[in-house]
Amino acid sequence: MPVANDASAFVEFDRVQKSYDGEQLVVKDLNLSMPKGEFLTMLGPSGSGKTTCLMMLAGFETATHGDIRLDGKPINDIPPHKRGIGMVFQNYALFPHMTVAENLAFPLQVRKMDRNTQEEKVKRALGRVQMNDFAGRRPAQLSGGQQQRIALARALVFEPELVLMDEPLGALDKQLRETLQFEITNLAHELGITVVYVTHDQTEALTMSDRVAVFENGRIQQLAAPDELYEEPQNSFVAQFIGENNTLEGVVAEITDTTCVVKLDSGEVIDAVPVNVNKVGDRTKVSIRPERVEVDTKKLGPNAHTLKAEVLEFVYMGDIFRTRLRVAGNTDFVIKTRNSPDQTKLTPGTTIDIGWLPRDCRALDA
Amino acid sequence: MSNATTGPDNLTGVTPDTGLKIGQSDESGPMLAADGTPLKKSLNRALRKQKIRALALIAPLLIFILATFIYPIGEMLFRSVENQIVGEVLPRTVRVLADWESENDPVPGDAVFSALTKDMMVAVEEKNHTRLGSRLNYEVSGVSSLFRKSGRSVDDFGEVYTDQFIALDPAWEDPLTFVSIFADEAWVEADAAYDGEGRRPRFLLRDGVGEVLPQTASMYRDFARVVQTEDEDSPTEEDVWNSVYLALYEDLSVQPDIPAGLPQAEMLATARGAVADFETADLRAAFVDVDEGWEETRVWQTIQQYSAPYTTGYFLNSVDLQKTPDGVDWRPENEQIYVTLFIRTMIMSTIITVSCILLGYPVAWLLANLPASKANLLMILVLLPFWTSLLVRTSAWKALLQNQGVINDLAVWIGIVADDNRLALINNATGTVIAMTHILLPFMILPLYSVMKTIPPSYLRAAKSLGATNVTAFRRVYFPQSVPGIGAGSILVFILSIGYYITPEIVGGTKGVFISNRIAYHISTSLNWGLAAALGSILLAVVLLLYWCYDRIVGIDNVKLGG
Repeated sequence: MPVANDASAFVEFDRVQKSYDGEQLVVKDLNLSMPKGEFLTMLGPSGSGKTTCLMMLAGFETATHGDIRLDGKPINDIPPHKRGIGMVFQNYALFPHMTVAENLAFPLQVRKMDRNTQEEKVKRALGRVQMNDFAGRRPAQLSGGQQQRIALARALVFEPELVLMDEPLGALDKQLRETLQFEITNLAHELGITVVYVTHDQTEALTMSDRVAVFENGRIQQLAAPDELYEEPQNSFVAQFIGENNTLEGVVAEITDTTCVVKLDSGEVIDAVPVNVNKVGDRTKVSIRPERVEVDTKKLGPNAHTLKAEVLEFVYMGDIFRTRLRVAGNTDFVIKTRNSPDQTKLTPGTTIDIGWLPRDCRALDA
Repeated sequence: MSNATTGPDNLTGVTPDTGLKIGQSDESGPMLAADGTPLKKSLNRALRKQKIRALALIAPLLIFILATFIYPIGEMLFRSVENQIVGEVLPRTVRVLADWESENDPVPGDAVFSALTKDMMVAVEEKNHTRLGSRLNYEVSGVSSLFRKSGRSVDDFGEVYTDQFIALDPAWEDPLTFVSIFADEAWVEADAAYDGEGRRPRFLLRDGVGEVLPQTASMYRDFARVVQTEDEDSPTEEDVWNSVYLALYEDLSVQPDIPAGLPQAEMLATARGAVADFETADLRAAFVDVDEGWEETRVWQTIQQYSAPYTTGYFLNSVDLQKTPDGVDWRPENEQIYVTLFIRTMIMSTIITVSCILLGYPVAWLLANLPASKANLLMILVLLPFWTSLLVRTSAWKALLQNQGVINDLAVWIGIVADDNRLALINNATGTVIAMTHILLPFMILPLYSVMKTIPPSYLRAAKSLGATNVTAFRRVYFPQSVPGIGAGSILVFILSIGYYITPEIVGGTKGVFISNRIAYHISTSLNWGLAAALGSILLAVVLLLYWCYDRIVGIDNVKLGG
């Protein structure tokens, strides 16, 4: 995790706290440092403090304590309009009484650019989002996806180095969302801008970002690249929140630096990678991703774990099969298998062998 | 806006109107429903029931409005041009007077005075002459007393003819002589059979007598009608009016052929032979003797001008104009009040509307942006005035604003104003503006609030994030979106204040009253309803005109009361 006060940091939160009512902290001791050009996503359930962080960065909320720095300069006392940060809002916030072109020209007009430059920049910005034909329309005459493109173009038209996006795709349907996710990341990398993106959709976070900050209860639980976040969650909240996850509860029986033995509550003993368990006797939640569980145990190496499992439910999902099992007393143990030619459909009621590699099995906090 | 609806085909993605385009397929014939009937037709059939139900739901209100609002207003507005009273009360005079030209002859000839005698006689008996007098008094002062005085003596006019006819043959004194000449025989029988129960049989004129003795027939018919309706008596028993003898004299003077079949043909023929030697009465002198006003050209011109059943007079009057023999002209300077009042009403309503905007806008903004609990409390404060009577509030202002009132006392105590130079805050335009701004303020705040409530705070945030200062963000983004609220509030306040009556009446003195106070005066005090209706019509027209201008400039679809 990058350290605060990093010299290369472009956006920095330094021990930032925020309280609305003076009794409860919405953001508790936030430290975050972003280099220039990074696409960082703040991911978390609603009420976790991610939007508050974004609003503090934009200048619409003031930090109760701590410093927010942009390009090395503290911006706590700079009003929003002087921060030069582009922002895309959840409901687009396109001005309904202006045409698309007028909406885009607005930030240029308040910067007192001359008319020719304005026109040229508006044209270029519209071109970036393939909306040149819509310059004369009003926002109400556009579909949701088109409005979102315009909102994006408007946030970029005055060439900010930092762009904030507050759940910009939340109101769109799945297909459109996927298209726009792709467009937004492409555009961000093309223009080399730094983006802070807020969402509660983990798929969105994983596919778009360079790094993801997982928020919970006013704190960043883990800040890491998507693959690291998924494969090496640092605590059970992150493991649960990102992707699907199977949890087996137990107590640490033996522990070394690289391995530990967990005695499950149902009596079985398994090997796991110790992540944040410290000593023998700690309660732990062991996390295993559904797709890392193998039904054909022969494929696994000799040091693999195998357990008996009872098939409870089988769901056909097209590209994959999702099977719910009873494993070590846990009836919500899910495995995912690819719909490959040699794959058999499991029948509910039968008992099978399942197994996994110990490195895919992480002992996290209870 | 203009190219907004032109090119739906330019759309590339799925848009809200994609569904619409599917409906408008390129098939040549009309769309057919599943059973083969044209789609339009079956849609109409499906909607008809809904329409009928909707109509049934609003029908009670519609009928109520028509009966209690539209019809009375239409009736009232009609009074602004209606002027049938002159022609109805003085039908003969109006007919004869039509040929009179005031340039050639300052006072009309004897024929007019003779006609006036007959009309007045009927009018006096039916008590219409005072009504006509007050109507004409709106145009020329003094006419009212002219008619009243003349009414008292007109029954003696022409008596000299009565005496001469009776001297010729005493039978002329007998009401039955006239009945036998003028009454239809069937009526005579019916009248004789009448026993006091039910309706008295209506008098009928004998066929043909009208051609021989036109004036007398018409006069006698009026006489018979008046006797029957006003005196509830039979013409067979009442003494005939002098004016009937006057008409008979005039008819016989032209020496008509008297058909042998007519009853009393001999008596009539004798009289026809004698009338040439009759002593004549100077009716003009008789009228002038009662009141010299009858010699004034102005009076006769007015009667002539207002003899038509419809008149523009009330409207001219309400914009300080009048009809003169030389055409339309301004009223005398000291009688010009309405144009000033209209202008004052407009200016003061504008001032009140602007004050309401200035005072109401920040309050509405606060209301729309406070958390719900505080906003509700504030809203109650805004609505508080609605819970007290208008009269109480206005009277409270009287107590506050008067010379020895709270505000002046306070100003003197602080030392802003000298004790001997207290501010005149009431009984003038200032008082009206202050009190009415207060009273109409909620009507501005409520539409403003409901429009502002629909403007999400993210617009202001977006503007600021795009680099706009607070002022620019407000001016370019928030304010334009609140304009529909200002429009709705302004229309409401302006139209309400233009027609306001109670408050200006109480706090306005003479300098702060509105046109509506004058309308009320004409409705309830001077009883000149025609003028009141004309003033009201002009007010209505002005409001509609302003509404139209507003629609042209701002667009009526830009008025929102919320949503």
